[in-house]
Amino acid sequence: MNAPPKAIAGVSTFVDDRIGAGNFLKRNLRKIFPDHWSFLLGEIALYSFVILLLTGTFLTFWFKPSMSEVPYTGSYAPLYGVHMSEAYASALHISFDVRGGLLMRQIHHWAALLFVAGMTVHMLRIFFTGAYRKPRELNWIIGILLLSLALIEGLTGYSLPDDLLSGAGLRITQGVAQSIPIVGTYVSFFLFGGEYPGHDIIPRFYTLHILLIPGILLALISAHMILMWVQKHTQMPGKNRTEKNVVGAPFYPAFMIKSGAFFLFTFGVIALLGAFAQINPIWLFGPYTPADISAGSQPDWYMGFLEGALRLMPAWEINFLGHTVTLSVLIPALVPLGIVMTGLALYPFLEQWVTGDRREHHVCDRPRNNPHRTSIGIAGITFYGILWLLGANDEISANFHIDLYTTTWFGRIAVFVGPAIAYWITYRMCIGLQRKDAEVLSHGVESGVIKRMPNGQYIEVHTPPAEDIAEHIRGKKEIPVLTSAEDGEGIPPKGARSALGRLRAKMSEAYGTDRVPLTDGHHEEAHEEEHAGVGGGDRKELH
Amino acid sequence: MIGTGISVNSITARRRHPLARVAVLALALGLLGGGYALAAPNGSTADAAIASGKADDVAQGKSLFVAHCASCHGMNAEGTKKAPTLIGVGAAAVDFQVSSGRMPAADAGPQAPRKPRPEWATDVVINQLAAYVQSLGGGPTVPSAEQVDPAKGDPAKGGELFRANCIQCHNFVGAGGALTYGKYAPSLNPATPTEIYEAMVTGPQAMPVFNDSTITPEQKRDMIAYITHVRSQVDPGGSGLGRIGPVTEGLVAWIAGISLLVLASIWITAKKRRAA
Repeated sequence: MNAPPKAIAGVSTFVDDRIGAGNFLKRNLRKIFPDHWSFLLGEIALYSFVILLLTGTFLTFWFKPSMSEVPYTGSYAPLYGVHMSEAYASALHISFDVRGGLLMRQIHHWAALLFVAGMTVHMLRIFFTGAYRKPRELNWIIGILLLSLALIEGLTGYSLPDDLLSGAGLRITQGVAQSIPIVGTYVSFFLFGGEYPGHDIIPRFYTLHILLIPGILLALISAHMILMWVQKHTQMPGKNRTEKNVVGAPFYPAFMIKSGAFFLFTFGVIALLGAFAQINPIWLFGPYTPADISAGSQPDWYMGFLEGALRLMPAWEINFLGHTVTLSVLIPALVPLGIVMTGLALYPFLEQWVTGDRREHHVCDRPRNNPHRTSIGIAGITFYGILWLLGANDEISANFHIDLYTTTWFGRIAVFVGPAIAYWITYRMCIGLQRKDAEVLSHGVESGVIKRMPNGQYIEVHTPPAEDIAEHIRGKKEIPVLTSAEDGEGIPPKGARSALGRLRAKMSEAYGTDRVPLTDGHHEEAHEEEHAGVGGGDRKELH
Repeated sequence: MIGTGISVNSITARRRHPLARVAVLALALGLLGGGYALAAPNGSTADAAIASGKADDVAQGKSLFVAHCASCHGMNAEGTKKAPTLIGVGAAAVDFQVSSGRMPAADAGPQAPRKPRPEWATDVVINQLAAYVQSLGGGPTVPSAEQVDPAKGDPAKGGELFRANCIQCHNFVGAGGALTYGKYAPSLNPATPTEIYEAMVTGPQAMPVFNDSTITPEQKRDMIAYITHVRSQVDPGGSGLGRIGPVTEGLVAWIAGISLLVLASIWITAKKRRAA
């Protein structure tokens, strides 16, 4: 009926006969994508990456990754005649003497901040809804690799303009390299091609920043997307949503339009930031010389937690067989990063080990329905957040007039106590929310209608919840628990005999036991009579 | 001696007075004596007072000092447990502390903050106080207008000195920064060129002294040129976000960037196809 015009039909047949894309598109264009706002968070990172590639390419046209010394002769007067590296001079040239250069630099930098921030919120969404569970563990690992690579990509990019601030970051990088026991000095000389800072590091970082890491990022992002496509997207629990279907809108046209609009939103926000909010004003920092350092030297936000760890660490140093081991650098550089990244990478497997859950999961958990996972996540966020906050402790001290050492000591204690408190509070909140769910299912929701009983008592009439809300709540799925019960002859099951096995069984019981079953809304007998809905007519069951 | 109670106005009014000749003679003698005192190698306290102000400024300054400063610094500026001696700090220190409102101090915090001057602390009064303190034991004097004129300095040279000597506490554009035990390096934005110069030569509070052999007066002027140039510069990239570096940038990325995009994603997914 709707035959395509001849011009289009001819070309498309030509292409189809040779590539065979028609069949692929036919199968895939109607692919169903579920609708939930949090499913778009990963796209912030994806679209920021596209913007990073485009603006980054623009910047390479003028940037000179060289540490040869030149006098500055550009149009920024307060630096005129100052000797600096060619890298810094060319970055100034882009900022002041290339049309649109400063805007591109600022868009590139804002996109970088939003790239990592988008990855972070996306990762948190996956974590808290349990979307990393079988069969998506590999895609989760790819995501963690992407996040780690993004940090390195950010670090190398931050160093490239060779301004005073980026030099401070470079110096810390070298300090971390040197703090590695035994091989530290060699690593530092290898990385910098000799004594710090030398002339090699900027060209080397440039190659890593514009070629190697973006290449790997691109490959991993493609793999991430293909796996997501093949495995289908997870969906939130709801009406008619099962482990065997996907309820949503087809990729073409609905999802494609939404996704395209979201790209424009992302681009718009980044362009607005790039146009109206100044970022990384390298001309104010001045050229890098190893002798200078500024107050308020900070890394970009995603390195802030490492900066905080370094600032909190007491000055511990030990001497082992003639080797100095600088724990005050080694521990903050490796331990928090290790806890966060390794913990994230292993979590799906640890959870599987604890619950013994080998099922496939395509329906997301609501965070409240797995209270221990949610609490572990919030404890992790608190740990990260306190380190991150303390990475800015000098600015906090200067702007809020708090003694600097008070902030340090607060951080040293809070980094251990804070996660524990956060865990407990979150756990209680999850249980509370589950109780609320159970109550909504069994008692209904408040209708706003106050009824006077014949005996003079006032009650508020409750109505049954809307169907979609009720189905959303009923989507709660039990978490499997490993049994450690002894059999008839007093022998525990095979896996639960060793100390580790007993621990596992205990953890499994704590992790999986449903403390508030959905049928548990009747805990307050006194409210029994509130059940009937507004339309329930006369309340014959009145006593 | 110069200015023995004879002001210019009274000279104008009474120049036909029979004693006018005596007065002129006294003035000439005073000028001569003053000139000698300036040139003389031995700097007594009286000579120092002459170098920075008039003797009646000194007297006036002393009474001001007794009224406003002596409760902490001692009746003769010898210092007390509460505050250091002011003998030898020089007129520059007085001018810096009082003109920036730091002195008289409001309370005994780790550091006296910049605040609006009290009403009595006019430029004239500050000069008199400074002359008194200068008369006690010498010290750095208030720089001339030419010495602190940003237009006469080289901002590029000053920038290099600024980065080498100042930014580790005051931040790369002089936005200020934290020090230990509640002390801090204040923002340089409200400081006048004269105050910046005086801070360098006197080293107020936690700040070290950068005397003229460490940084020459010309170099100080270059630094003043850099500081005033950069702080008055319009940020070419939009809002400067406080010019304190990546901390505010990170806050904006999360609070503005991520929040807006989350709102956008909520808005987009809330749009449903109308039922046909």
